Amino acid sequence: MIALVDCNSFYCSCERVFDPTLVGRPVVVLSNNDGNIIARTSEAKALGIAMGAPAFKIRDLIKWHGVIVRSSNYELYGDMSARVMDCLSDFTDELETYSIDEAFLRVYVGAKDSFADLGREIRGRVLKHTGIPVSVGMAETKTLAKVANYHAKRSEKAAGVLSLVRSAYRDLALARLPVDEVWGVGPRYTEMLRRHGIETALDLRDAPDDWVRDRMTVVGLRTVTELRGTPCIPLEITPPNKKLITVSRSFGAATASLDELRAAIAFYTARAAEKLRRQKLAAGAVTVFIETDRFKPGPQYSNSVTLNVAPKSDNTWELRELAFSGLARIYKPEYDYRRAGVTLGGLELADLVAKRLWEDDWYERQRRLMAAVDRLNGKYGRDTVRCGLFHTEGLWRTRFAKRSPRYTTRWSEICEVAAK
Amino acid sequence: MALPVVPYAARPPSTGDALELPFSLACVPAGFPSPAEDHLENSLDIAKYLVKRPKATFFMRVAGDSMVGAGIHDGDMIVIDRADQVKDGSIVVARLNEEFVVKRYRLIDGRPWLYPANEAYEPIEVTEDTDFEIWGRVTFAITTLR
Repeated sequence: MIALVDCNSFYCSCERVFDPTLVGRPVVVLSNNDGNIIARTSEAKALGIAMGAPAFKIRDLIKWHGVIVRSSNYELYGDMSARVMDCLSDFTDELETYSIDEAFLRVYVGAKDSFADLGREIRGRVLKHTGIPVSVGMAETKTLAKVANYHAKRSEKAAGVLSLVRSAYRDLALARLPVDEVWGVGPRYTEMLRRHGIETALDLRDAPDDWVRDRMTVVGLRTVTELRGTPCIPLEITPPNKKLITVSRSFGAATASLDELRAAIAFYTARAAEKLRRQKLAAGAVTVFIETDRFKPGPQYSNSVTLNVAPKSDNTWELRELAFSGLARIYKPEYDYRRAGVTLGGLELADLVAKRLWEDDWYERQRRLMAAVDRLNGKYGRDTVRCGLFHTEGLWRTRFAKRSPRYTTRWSEICEVAAK
Repeated sequence: MALPVVPYAARPPSTGDALELPFSLACVPAGFPSPAEDHLENSLDIAKYLVKRPKATFFMRVAGDSMVGAGIHDGDMIVIDRADQVKDGSIVVARLNEEFVVKRYRLIDGRPWLYPANEAYEPIEVTEDTDFEIWGRVTFAITTLR
């Protein structure tokens, strides 16, 4: 059977574990640069705060109801996510980490035991070990486990755990799931399905195969087959190797300065190259892009350029020089930029890249240098050693004005406990 | 009686194309072998001693002197294992209203109490009206000696 374990309001729950003043209060977490609401507790939901709402638009609501606002603290969320996944791996050898706060598990129980009991054990264990509340949905397929999880989260009686395994309630659970909430059904298909009178997951399950295949391809048919209880979407236990590595951010404030853009591009390239080396890959192409702020009035401009890396490289200096020359080609001084990014493509395992015909010694020394840089940064924290001198503070730096301490990853930021 | 020496090239490859060599033959010894080689173990790692369950272990900094009798001083770092069982007498971090506190957890006549380890402070009885929750058991206190 498949269990889908999903953390409740994950980012807010992480904040709550370490800050007792947040218990029982409405809490929201904002996206990069404190732009939009990306997580909210049930108390914040009850106030009518919508997912994705721009923070400045609900300033009055926040003030009036004493909503607690946090910037995103990805170091904390990443560490807590790893702890949750570690707990889950006690229950199975087949775990698919689906996102930062969600995982599919293949689970088994003895003939006399119930899946609901196992679900409660998982929920209890994760809560005790990490402090993070989760919901568990269980069924024969991934798509049905998602359905079960939807109701586990919402039903008071389920109290966070629902098994639809051989359950008499399965049809009811499907009938009570709006079709747009079905895993794999996007907004475009939702509109089409509604036009044809398909409103719920149950309607979709009972649609004829041919009809589904004609309108939603075999991918849609797979979803429908899974709703009927036949597994066709396998667990992805080892994530597929990435085809692209992108690092991009929106800036703290808009800037027209080439120096600022170069500093940002240098930072993003260094991050992307780190990721590249961690996966033992080399890149064959570098793409640079820059954008003005779409949401502000005024002249708009965005452009990107892709340059070949030959021979393929995983070296920060080489990739950055290319990124800089790309930036120089698309940069126009008359615009205020709000976002930039670097994408590495044409990825191949570094060991398979053809040997260099010249500068081989140089490259070998560089390879050892990069390995040393990565090792030092791994040991002493990010950016202990940087390749080159660039302004690390500037308008381009992403803002996290209300970020909580990084309780689990920085000694200087651990919680204080009163002995009084 | 000496065993016959079979040259490696004469041995049939075990699997696939690559000839598998035992690891110890992969490097050619020069000089004298270390007499300790057969006894190599990992060096002692203090982190393994302090952290039994990494996923459930957290660190906090103590502010105040109410636990000095238990060997926990102002400014100490404490190790908390959330997975460890809390019993009568355990030292715990608890959430008391809007604050984390470190106390000794006692069960007296079936009722929970939070005890300090310093006579200058009073024990707190946990009643049904107390907004209280055990966060985890304190397993170590680390004092920096000056």
